[in-house]
Amino acid sequence: MARLQPAAVTAAPPPAGGSRPPPGGSGPVAWMRANLFSSFWNSVATVVTLALLAWIVPKVLGWMILDASWGAGGVAQCDAVRGQGACWTVVREKFRFMLFGVYPFEQQWRPAVAVAVLCALLVVSALRRFWNRWLVLIWIVGTSTTFWLMAGGLGLPPVRSEQWGGLPVTLILAIFGIAFAFPLGILLALGRRSQLPIVRAFSVIYIEVVRGVPLITVLFMASVMFALFVPEGMRIDQLLRAQIAIILFVAAYLAEAVRGGLQAVPKGQYEAAEALGLSYWQATGLIVMPQALKISIPAIVNSFISLFKDTSLVVIIAIYDFAYAVKKSVETDFAWKKYFIEAFLFSILVYWIFCFAMSKYSQWLERELARGDRH
Amino acid sequence: MAQPDPRPAAGAASAIRIRGLNKWYGDFHVLRNIDLDVAKGERIVVCGPSGSGKSTLIRCINRLEQHQQGSIVVDGIELTDNLKNIDAVRSNVGMVFQHFNLFPHLTVLDNCTLAPIWVRKQPRAEAEAVARRFLERVRIAEQAPKYPGQLSGGQQQRVAIARALCMNPSIMLFDEPTSALDPEMVKEVLDTMIDLAREGMTMLCVTHEMGFARAVADRVIFMDNGEIVEQNTPEAFFGNPQNERSRQFLSQILDR
Repeated sequence: MARLQPAAVTAAPPPAGGSRPPPGGSGPVAWMRANLFSSFWNSVATVVTLALLAWIVPKVLGWMILDASWGAGGVAQCDAVRGQGACWTVVREKFRFMLFGVYPFEQQWRPAVAVAVLCALLVVSALRRFWNRWLVLIWIVGTSTTFWLMAGGLGLPPVRSEQWGGLPVTLILAIFGIAFAFPLGILLALGRRSQLPIVRAFSVIYIEVVRGVPLITVLFMASVMFALFVPEGMRIDQLLRAQIAIILFVAAYLAEAVRGGLQAVPKGQYEAAEALGLSYWQATGLIVMPQALKISIPAIVNSFISLFKDTSLVVIIAIYDFAYAVKKSVETDFAWKKYFIEAFLFSILVYWIFCFAMSKYSQWLERELARGDRH
Repeated sequence: MAQPDPRPAAGAASAIRIRGLNKWYGDFHVLRNIDLDVAKGERIVVCGPSGSGKSTLIRCINRLEQHQQGSIVVDGIELTDNLKNIDAVRSNVGMVFQHFNLFPHLTVLDNCTLAPIWVRKQPRAEAEAVARRFLERVRIAEQAPKYPGQLSGGQQQRVAIARALCMNPSIMLFDEPTSALDPEMVKEVLDTMIDLAREGMTMLCVTHEMGFARAVADRVIFMDNGEIVEQNTPEAFFGNPQNERSRQFLSQILDR
């Protein structure tokens, strides 16, 4: 029963030296002893892991880099290293189709510029110094430029949205999905906590219904069912339908992420805002929401990352997003078909770059907003 | 105004007038038949055991709590479901909370200027000048650019007082302003409140700080079980409490 003794009884007296921590515990040897070889089983795990790595890393590196085909030598170059090295030549050969799909070949500078504009829009929106009224103007300019470039008109030959494809489609669906789903999600989260029974009931039903169905079914419904509701003869663009479906879907998830943040804001904050005479919308916009959003950053960014990847589901309603364009680029060419793995790895890399950037951004933003809050 | 009577008549000089106030939380009767008049410039300390309804009473005065029966008139405006009246009362009544409730995402200065800018529609420069003056008055002007989390509890509570004063309120409510503070910080907050009282602010203060009550209160109100049990001048209340429950309460807090 000796272990039930309170810890304080056996606590060591404070070191005589005073202000410095006790020696030891630094340097690579100490680190390895503490983290890799602290016990028998830890040592076994370390050794086994190192052996596995030693076996697998050279193989992967060899296939991906050293023995891979990088040149522009066509299929022959890939066939020469087939079995030992990856065929990155396929990406070199097909990247125009992968990035821009069936967009008219000689016009593909337009989606290329559109992608640059969209990326710039993302970067600008991410920086705190642009979080003011100018951002609305920047978005209006960025959006109209993107759609002018993609669709044409005003001096550019028109390109119908059925011919849009590849990375710009993925970015359009994701970025405008985020831009519209975010405010809608905030309204739904507020609605779910509203004192007004009808608003609350609508928000709860909406969120629970939408969260309860798969995105793929929502997209499918958007594709076939909009036609039932709009007047005869009026056609809504397929891409726009998918965009609306994604916005409505993601808003429900964002609503729950934001509601989590709202619940974490102490009641005293509402009371202090009320006691100063702030109206509901002032208290919400100036006091409660900034704190709630800060708390829900990880959950919100999680939804954004899911959204970015889920845009690839639009393929079921025949929209040429990036993932589909990559698939098609190798599938439709018999000579290159066998190198589909490399093509997919390339698309994985592109998706990963965007998602990892979002993840890093959210960590940076959390740190940035935490500055000054606590000691 | 020639009335020598310290107990105010319900006239033009009345800051707060409460008649037949009753409130329930579910089945729990938290305030019972409260009648209370507060004259302009009067300083009142409300005390009583925990759960006696004293915080609820002052929270009814700016409608953080709704009452179910009776009337509350603040500065001539009756508190009803009328949102306009509620906003009018709230912007005239400052409140200081036990846990400060500063806005952690705003600097000290922004905490103070937010309501004047958004509720009073003051120009920012003017609001900042006013805020700096009040921060100066609570002796904390040098902390203006910091965030609340960087300040001690006593400093935060003084900022909270300055924030309320920036709205130029005619009445200040204090809800146990020193009970969440470390002992060594109680004095700096009480000193600020005493200064405020000496300048003639109408104050209703829920507190057990008897030194403060003796120094500035015109009247001490003792509540128990949702009722006003006794009210008197501080000298009379502390020296010679009339009611058995008051005597018992005082013996408990003075023995500490």
